[in-house]
Amino acid sequence: MSAENALEQALQGALRGGAHSADSVCIESDSSEVRVRGEEIEHVKQARERTLGLRVFVEGATGLQQAITSTSDLSEKAIERLAEDSVALARETAPDPDAGLPQDGFAGELPELDLLVAKDREAGIERHVEAAREAEAAARQVDERIVNSEGADAGSSFRRVHYANSAGFDGRYESASHSISCSPIAADAQGAMQTDYWYTVARSLAALDAPAAVGKRAAERALAQLGARRIATGEYPVVFDSPTARSLLGSLVGCLSGYAVYRKSSFLAGRLGETIAASGITVIDDGRLPAGLGSRPFDGEGQPTRRNVIVEGGCLRSYLLDTYSARKLGMASTGNATRGAGSAPGVGSTNLWLEPGAAGSLDDILADTGKGLLVTGMFGQGFNPVTGDFSRGAKGFWIEDGKPAYPVEEITIAGNLGDMLCDVNAIGNELLWLGNVAAPPLRIARMTIAGDG
Amino acid sequence: MSQPVALFRDHFGIDERAIDRTLGTALERSVDHADLFFEYTSQDSVVLEEGIVKSGDRHLIQGAGVRVQTGERQGYAHSDEITVESLELAAGTARAISERGSEGGSVAIAGSGAPQHDLYPVAMSPTDVPVARKVALLGEIDAYARARDPRIKQVMASVVCQLRNVMIAASDGTWVADVQPLVRLNVQVIAEDEGGRREIGYQGAGGRTELDAYLSPEGWKPIADEAVRLALVNLDAVPCPAGTLDIVLGPGWPGILLHEAVGHGLEGDFNRKGTSAFAGRIGERVASPGVTVVDDGTLPGRRGSLNVDDEGTPTSRTVLIEDGILQGYLHDRMNARLMGHAPTGNGRRESYAHLPMPRMTNTFMLAGEDDPEDIVRSVKNGLYAVTFGGGQVDITNGRFVFSASEAYKIEDGRITQPVKGATLIGNGPEVLTQVSRIGHDLELDRGVGTCGKDGQGVPVGVGLPTIRVDQLTVGGTEG
Repeated sequence: MSAENALEQALQGALRGGAHSADSVCIESDSSEVRVRGEEIEHVKQARERTLGLRVFVEGATGLQQAITSTSDLSEKAIERLAEDSVALARETAPDPDAGLPQDGFAGELPELDLLVAKDREAGIERHVEAAREAEAAARQVDERIVNSEGADAGSSFRRVHYANSAGFDGRYESASHSISCSPIAADAQGAMQTDYWYTVARSLAALDAPAAVGKRAAERALAQLGARRIATGEYPVVFDSPTARSLLGSLVGCLSGYAVYRKSSFLAGRLGETIAASGITVIDDGRLPAGLGSRPFDGEGQPTRRNVIVEGGCLRSYLLDTYSARKLGMASTGNATRGAGSAPGVGSTNLWLEPGAAGSLDDILADTGKGLLVTGMFGQGFNPVTGDFSRGAKGFWIEDGKPAYPVEEITIAGNLGDMLCDVNAIGNELLWLGNVAAPPLRIARMTIAGDG
Repeated sequence: MSQPVALFRDHFGIDERAIDRTLGTALERSVDHADLFFEYTSQDSVVLEEGIVKSGDRHLIQGAGVRVQTGERQGYAHSDEITVESLELAAGTARAISERGSEGGSVAIAGSGAPQHDLYPVAMSPTDVPVARKVALLGEIDAYARARDPRIKQVMASVVCQLRNVMIAASDGTWVADVQPLVRLNVQVIAEDEGGRREIGYQGAGGRTELDAYLSPEGWKPIADEAVRLALVNLDAVPCPAGTLDIVLGPGWPGILLHEAVGHGLEGDFNRKGTSAFAGRIGERVASPGVTVVDDGTLPGRRGSLNVDDEGTPTSRTVLIEDGILQGYLHDRMNARLMGHAPTGNGRRESYAHLPMPRMTNTFMLAGEDDPEDIVRSVKNGLYAVTFGGGQVDITNGRFVFSASEAYKIEDGRITQPVKGATLIGNGPEVLTQVSRIGHDLELDRGVGTCGKDGQGVPVGVGLPTIRVDQLTVGGTEG
């Protein structure tokens, strides 16, 4: 059955079966991916998938009762059963006065967001093979100490999203995502190895960085880490490059979710209108950036995406909300509902970034820092959104005389995200989009580093 | 005939002939190995928060994949349509990666489809337990946890049940199917003290069992008790020291140390490619005498166990480190073939939409002889870490990190104040040489681990006796 028919049948089936209201999403995807290693193809993957998700509400004594179901079997029989089962399942849950579809405010005319270039569909798997080969070869050419590789990947995926609900909204859009990545391994004379990676991702093939540039940058990052050592335990200024600053911002995004806020499982709960960060910090979420990796014309509930100022000059202006979390907080949806076919609706950022500041390039920030730590990689999950406590493994460079002096590894950096945001005292001017969240390099005045002693 | 074999035949028309034909298509050019993977998984979950179950979820995941291997190359095509036609198409796509000359392929699969092991027989699938029963369970947990202490302000509890039917057929004649139940109960509470300080406590449990084990109070109460206890302990936690300290790891879940520090580094793919810090070190000392680490996929009912891996190989017990000496790697079929080793039953995949890779099952250290209390007493100033969140490793340089969610200072051989946010970091090939005491109290975790690799998550288990590790770096905020 076609996606349109399946979606229509699911909605009608639910309503016929006694549902008060329902919404449905069908996500179709076509993807291909190649990994090249040692200039040979390691794997080629191709896939075509379609999943239908259904959410139904039935009327209970004090509110609506909800069920969420999905299937990748789009036969008439399967859809009919899904609709029946969903209604029966909803009757088992508790009535919730805040549950239900948005009443109004649905997206009207959908903007053209340049999320897909039609001719990119014609690029064959050979193009990926070539791109991955070029990236890996470029990495090896940088230096003879690039001795091995975890491989280079290139791939494309095309998605078609169709969302409709019983309140009358029916919308669809298509998007694409293309990427090239490379993970070379450098070794020193003693055989000690270091790896790093770099990648490019975009809505169109033409907007990707050149494969050779990806490979070269990945190799340079791995090589720079050779000979890394620990530093002494202590408190130092810490500079984050763009990718690690982006990771910090990612930790913040989870704490801005309306769900975490009404559950009080975020340290930002109840802080709207308060100063939560240094005055130079402004964070924007905008779902309608042309060709943006987080752009979409409407959110997971048919609400129009928009530009929301989240933090302005250090003051918390908005959370990220869908209809449900907004109702729980007595607010309005911010158009940030997410919806996968096989998962419950939730909240997510669209294109979210930290506004560039006046501190110049990363090198300028280092020059201004004198002595401290530059972080280029973080790992582990040491972040507690309830308290903001932060403690993660890190690698990078010790900064001496305003320049990287030597590579550093096997250390941790720790603080509290709430304090860290207030302690940001330099924000760079370069914004690098490596996904739907972006941040310029920045410096935190002081963090605790655990290393030797 | 086993249940999944009948399921795929009756629902999708995938019978022996269809399998033989598809494998034949995959083999039309000369390849080393071809296999088909069929999956039909149903999963349901109910989640409670704010005292009520707000939603019931049910998801059906089905699909099939065709894989072709030639040398170090793999072609993989998958589809969520399980039909003879879509399989033929996928087989054609997958084999296109082979550039060798053509030789006609023909395959006859054999056997009854039943695996050798029977590690998780269930009379009733957890997905068949009525939703109303699951809703009632969560209601009991909510009321109980809130009644335990007035400081408990929020309870989130969920029960997730899965039944995964898989069928694997391969060009070497392999034909096996398995029904894999998986249950998981999660309890998370938020405690708030008079000063407004909030802390979280989480405990989960599960395995490849019937849900019955968790429906009775003896089953769920210990989980709820732990979640409450952890949140309350953390309300009193002080900032963690930063620096190099002697560490005592408690039994059970801290076995995540082994998973991150040595387990990943011993997966066959990294070692075949020479990208692991452990590559080429078999026979060398990588741990203190007395340290023996095994990966065992054959433990009945455990979350990380499987009757067969996702390539149809029976799971096994693999000794990774014996008395401190590195013994072997974890293999899927391809890495075993390319390295001239035997497959160990560790070829796993998240779903039909993913390629198999060498993955861990249940990874743990065997018990030693020391008394756990003596081990704590042996540390003058250090850290006692008992519960952990997640971890991560860079297998190339061997650096690993894992984060404690319950840890205490050890002062003069005594456990004193709880500390918060302790992250431990070290070097995989070295850390086990710093193990100086091994307790007699081996425990396996409660069944909540999910391991991520190359974007794929699979359920795993870990285990550890109480051990002492000398001089590990602790990431805290108190200099």
